[in-house]
Amino acid sequence: MAAAGAAVLVLVLLQNLFLLGASRLRTIIYVVAAQGVVLSTLPALLHGGLGGQEIVVGAVTLFLKGVVIPRMLIRALADLPIRREVEPLVGFKTCLGLGAIATSGSIYLATILPLAPLGGGPEHMVVATSFATMLTGFLLLTTRVKALTQVLGYLVLENGIYIFGLLLLKTTTFLVEVGVLLDLFVAIFVMGIIINHISREFTSVNTERLATLKD
Amino acid sequence: MVLALLNILVPVIGALVALAWRSERSRPLWLPVVAAVHLAVTISAVVAHPQPSAGRWLMLDPPGRLVLLLVSTLFAVVSVYGVGYLRERFERPNRIFCACLMLFLGMMTFIVWAHHLGLMWVALEATTLSAGPLLYFNRNARSLEATWKYLMVGSVGIALALLGSFFLGYAAVQAGGEPSLLFDDLVRNAPGFSKPWLQAAFVLLVVGYGTKMGLAPMHTWKPDAYGEAPGIVGALMAGALTSCAFLALSRVFHVLTAAGEGAFAGPILVVLGLFSMAVASVFTVRQRDLKRMLAYSSVEHMGILAFGLGLGGSGIFGAFLHMLNNGIIKGVMFLSAGNIHRAYDSKYVEDVSGALRRVPWSGALFLAGFFAVTGSPPFGPFVSELSILNAAMEQHRWGVAAAMLGLLLVVFMGMGVTVLGVVQGEAAPSSSQSRFRDGVLNTLPALVLLAMSFGMGVAMPDAIQSMVREAADYVGGRR
Repeated sequence: MAAAGAAVLVLVLLQNLFLLGASRLRTIIYVVAAQGVVLSTLPALLHGGLGGQEIVVGAVTLFLKGVVIPRMLIRALADLPIRREVEPLVGFKTCLGLGAIATSGSIYLATILPLAPLGGGPEHMVVATSFATMLTGFLLLTTRVKALTQVLGYLVLENGIYIFGLLLLKTTTFLVEVGVLLDLFVAIFVMGIIINHISREFTSVNTERLATLKD
Repeated sequence: MVLALLNILVPVIGALVALAWRSERSRPLWLPVVAAVHLAVTISAVVAHPQPSAGRWLMLDPPGRLVLLLVSTLFAVVSVYGVGYLRERFERPNRIFCACLMLFLGMMTFIVWAHHLGLMWVALEATTLSAGPLLYFNRNARSLEATWKYLMVGSVGIALALLGSFFLGYAAVQAGGEPSLLFDDLVRNAPGFSKPWLQAAFVLLVVGYGTKMGLAPMHTWKPDAYGEAPGIVGALMAGALTSCAFLALSRVFHVLTAAGEGAFAGPILVVLGLFSMAVASVFTVRQRDLKRMLAYSSVEHMGILAFGLGLGGSGIFGAFLHMLNNGIIKGVMFLSAGNIHRAYDSKYVEDVSGALRRVPWSGALFLAGFFAVTGSPPFGPFVSELSILNAAMEQHRWGVAAAMLGLLLVVFMGMGVTVLGVVQGEAAPSSSQSRFRDGVLNTLPALVLLAMSFGMGVAMPDAIQSMVREAADYVGGRR
């Protein structure tokens, strides 16, 4: 089980790098959806078995991160006149380089932090992937100008935090895990509506246009 | 248990009823009804010292009691203003607005009652989301920009707080045994927690909940959001929501001090507090926009709260007292500023002058509120700011005490120039001929709040004082 868990985590790392280099919004949404699907297998893989809690958290993750949220975003995209993220604040190649540095830095950081053993599971790998995914999310959030890509960056950031949260699955009650996922769902829902309004009001979803309010 | 559920569910059910309510004209009347019921439940919960719920997920700790009383009272007073405000703005549909206002109240109540680290986070995030539609009430490009920034900055901030909560949980896991994320268990087990994880958790939680409070440098959403929000929303966010975020921060600080990490956590809060006051003092000077000025004043007061908490000892008493005083007086400021905004159709100082003539009550309330919010006697904030300053001097930290005093003075002068320019003189002939004038519904609520602030300054009720004392002793670990 531990080996399968580690393999899945490597897949997540590869998806992160792919996200940093992709420009078509539809592709990015699909990869984020795939990441959601992959993440939904982790509760069971990391905790070595299918308890009630692992099933519930995995199923809710699959449903929200793998199906509902991506569908919402695809629908939002259909209403928008854009297909690609062009002219990000930092170029795609630079972003990929930064992503590679972030990934190796995370792996190093995980080896020096004091970690509690996770029932024979790959706890160092979990922490490293979690940090790398969060940093990927931050990169997307800060270097892209389209509102939709920023929401996707926020989602990836949340994915990274989710991975870290798996270390605590036995500690935090699943009610809280589900509450967290539900909040995420509503957040994306509200952001989707706002994006739609931004598109109508400014005839663009470039957040650079949102610069009237300042001192 | 029953009181807890009632307290949280009354506004949530109220929100559902508002969604189903058909008449646009009569719907706002539902706000004060729900607010009154909520206040009644709150008072009985504060008086009754209810038992924690099964599993201790919902529990009213002493600081929570204080915040609950503040939130519920402020909402009750402000909801009356809301009736008048929404009558003025009959051209806007208010279904979503009314529902979200009540949901916002319900989620703030939930934060107060939540005794579980994760549950409290869920409630805090829910307030961010229910505030989104409130900020977007005016449905124009400016409010859209403010809402987007608020949602993005707020969500990322709160995501970091989630990570911090996980780190805190992980610090507990490392300590071994059966870890629990209930606050009283965290406080009890804190001495055995893994120090690196605990410290990292605190930094992330300060950034996360500091974003919700609006501590500099995480305050960037605040001037935009408060600048574009209706006065009633500004009053609730600056008075009530920030207090809930401060409550969250104080609960985390409690865990840190229990772990013997007060010497690590305290200075972080003191520095952030002073930095917030400094940023506020820079941006209140020559501020052209009335509501943005109030936002920076809020940044300043959040700084004072963090400063007092970080000092520890009697500073914690001052901080909780100041939280009450700030909440009350922010209501006065935002409601009267909202009236002035409507009376001139502008919130820029170049368009607004002579408010004392055009809207005498609102102008006077704004002026009195200015003196109160900057810490002039005889109002409440004077007492609490003095006790925080006193705490710094008791600890012989002359440097930080002098810095705080100096920054407060700069803010006083900066705001003073703006406020006096607004209330004095004659209205410019070119200024808008809005027909909005003072009325009972739009001035009485602010007047009631000002009277409360006056009462807190001149003769603070013993019951309030002992509640503040209890809260401070609880967080300060003297009980």
